[in-house]
Amino acid sequence: MSTLKLGQMILKDCDESRWRLADYEARGGYQVLRRILTENWSQERVIEEVKTSALRGRGGAGFPTGLKWSFMPRQFPGEKYVVCNSDEGEPGTFKDRDILRYNPHSVIEGMIIAGYAMGASCGYNYIHGEIFEVYERFEEALEEARRAGYLGENILGSGFHFELYAHHGYGAYICGEETALLESIEGKKGQPRFKPPFPASYGLYGKPTTINNTETFASVPFLLAMGGEQFLHLGKPNNGGMKIFSVSGHVNRPGNYEIPMGTPFSELLELAGGVRGGRKLKAVIPGGSSAPVVPGDVMMECTMDYDSIAQAGSMLGSGAVIVMDETTCMVKALERLSYFYYEESCGQCTPCREGTGWLYRIVHRIEHGQGRVEDLELLESATSNIMGRTICALGDAASMPVQSFIKHFRDEFLYHIEHKRCLVPPEVQWAGSDIYVEA
Amino acid sequence: MLSPEALARIDREIAKYPAGQKQSAVMAALRIAQEEKGWLSEETIAFVADYLEMPPVAVYEVATFYNMYDLAPVGKYKLTVCTNLPCALSGGYHAAEHLKERLGIDFNETTPDGLFTLKEGECMGACGDAPVLLVNNHRMCCRMTRERLDALLETLKRQATENTQ
Ligand SMILES: Cc1cc2nc3c(=O)[nH]c(=O)nc-3n(C[C@H](O)[C@H](O)[C@H](O)COP(=O)(O)O)c2cc1C
Ligand code: SF4
Ligand code: FES
Repeated sequence: MSTLKLGQMILKDCDESRWRLADYEARGGYQVLRRILTENWSQERVIEEVKTSALRGRGGAGFPTGLKWSFMPRQFPGEKYVVCNSDEGEPGTFKDRDILRYNPHSVIEGMIIAGYAMGASCGYNYIHGEIFEVYERFEEALEEARRAGYLGENILGSGFHFELYAHHGYGAYICGEETALLESIEGKKGQPRFKPPFPASYGLYGKPTTINNTETFASVPFLLAMGGEQFLHLGKPNNGGMKIFSVSGHVNRPGNYEIPMGTPFSELLELAGGVRGGRKLKAVIPGGSSAPVVPGDVMMECTMDYDSIAQAGSMLGSGAVIVMDETTCMVKALERLSYFYYEESCGQCTPCREGTGWLYRIVHRIEHGQGRVEDLELLESATSNIMGRTICALGDAASMPVQSFIKHFRDEFLYHIEHKRCLVPPEVQWAGSDIYVEA
Repeated sequence: MLSPEALARIDREIAKYPAGQKQSAVMAALRIAQEEKGWLSEETIAFVADYLEMPPVAVYEVATFYNMYDLAPVGKYKLTVCTNLPCALSGGYHAAEHLKERLGIDFNETTPDGLFTLKEGECMGACGDAPVLLVNNHRMCCRMTRERLDALLETLKRQATENTQ
């Protein structure tokens, strides 16, 4: 009963019964931290190694991690923070949950090393509200690390001090946006801040702060253990390392697959047991619900890395691969996503607050047989009124699905408008998405 | 207003944050208060505000912003079913329909015996385990076939009668 199907690095040799400190140490855990502290590595050396690895942020934007770390004013005295973003709420993404429940110490070690490299002595891990049991486990793992002397004062006798705490969310997708997350830790509504100033100069409690995704931090001990160069070679140039892909939707074996960057999509699909019931692949959202949808045949030609997916007009995002087969109604699929963004907009900027409502209502009326031919243009102009005019990227995230669904499946939208119904009969749609649980 | 145990748990949360940043514990305090009281009344919110030395309106803003706080009474068991797209492709709506039929209620309704409230949820970060639902925010139930949904309802009903005896 696990969503972990294949682990080759972070998720290797771990599961429900092997998440504890002793298991992690048996797999070589905390060795890198020990080496860095006893050999007295410079902060620059750690950051250079991360740069060499071409590790890119696993939270969605794919920003180079080493470069981000170098922005921190690490030489300046005073409090600085490292914050882990485990607010995994991007529909389709469920990898951070498996990392936290099966290998929590990899995140802890990664954050301690990050603190060391950036001169921070305190960290927080912000954990998605809906996974309370995982939050409790992470608290237990923190306790283990404290007792073993990996956290707290004078870590392993090095004089380096680092404390780490878990913060539990309570149901707000927008808190995955890094500045909303900081507001939320400060005990406020999770509303994104204007940038600049960026968190590296004005972050948590107004102090310099670096925010990375769970998988990004968890990769750090592994890349330092093997060396940045070797980590890079696991993947392909500019797309270093292993990546966990969360495969959901119409496949036979949904789950997490940790494979090298640059693996062909067709191989990933095969690992996931192929399209459910041997049906035909229709479309794939390759990087979480905010990423543009890609038609099935185009997707079959892609490899799973930032550059290849970008060439196909989409984004690798968080690595969440949502597979849809021929029984899927694209209008209904878009309607559900548009409802989500409308519901989760924090309401701060007018284009997003009003625009997401427009998008949802128009797609809703097309789906319910009340669409007009002008509606497609209306949708397109609504998205261009949102994009680039908002404080955070949720506005863009709501617009990209709309634009891409219409671009690639225009005929299907027109058919709905003309015939007041879907090409795919409702009973075929309903049966195609029935409860499906492998034995 | 809250039990000494609850207050001790809130104190542990406050200790996670720097001196003078008690407000950071507000989300945890509301969660702990809701666990104890079942929902967040105005009195409970005012109590939390007082305890954390925050203006009540600031606490109220937090309580309304995050989806998992209940500002009105709910059934003994709140069931939140995820119907976001990835789950919807794997029986999210089918599971919800099954529960609606078994309980005789729609989303956002409570059974007449006050036992169950049904809610529609957004992505819980567990899409590979669809259908997914939460019991009272904190217990996640995965891969809920119709049989397992029925078994869950039976267990919860039994639990409820045992608790009242
Ligand atoms: C609406 C929205 C939701 C986001 N949700 C998440 C999330 O759940 N997890 C995450 O790591 N990053 C999320 N991000 C991206 C973060 O803002 C941030 O870029 C990321 O945590 C940085 O970490 P990385 O560089 O390691 O990827 C989200 C961004 C936006 C605009
Ligand atoms: S874009 Fe939307 S979610 Fe982001 S700050 Fe503006 S209103 Fe809030
Ligand atoms: S869509 Fe249901 S858990 Fe992600």
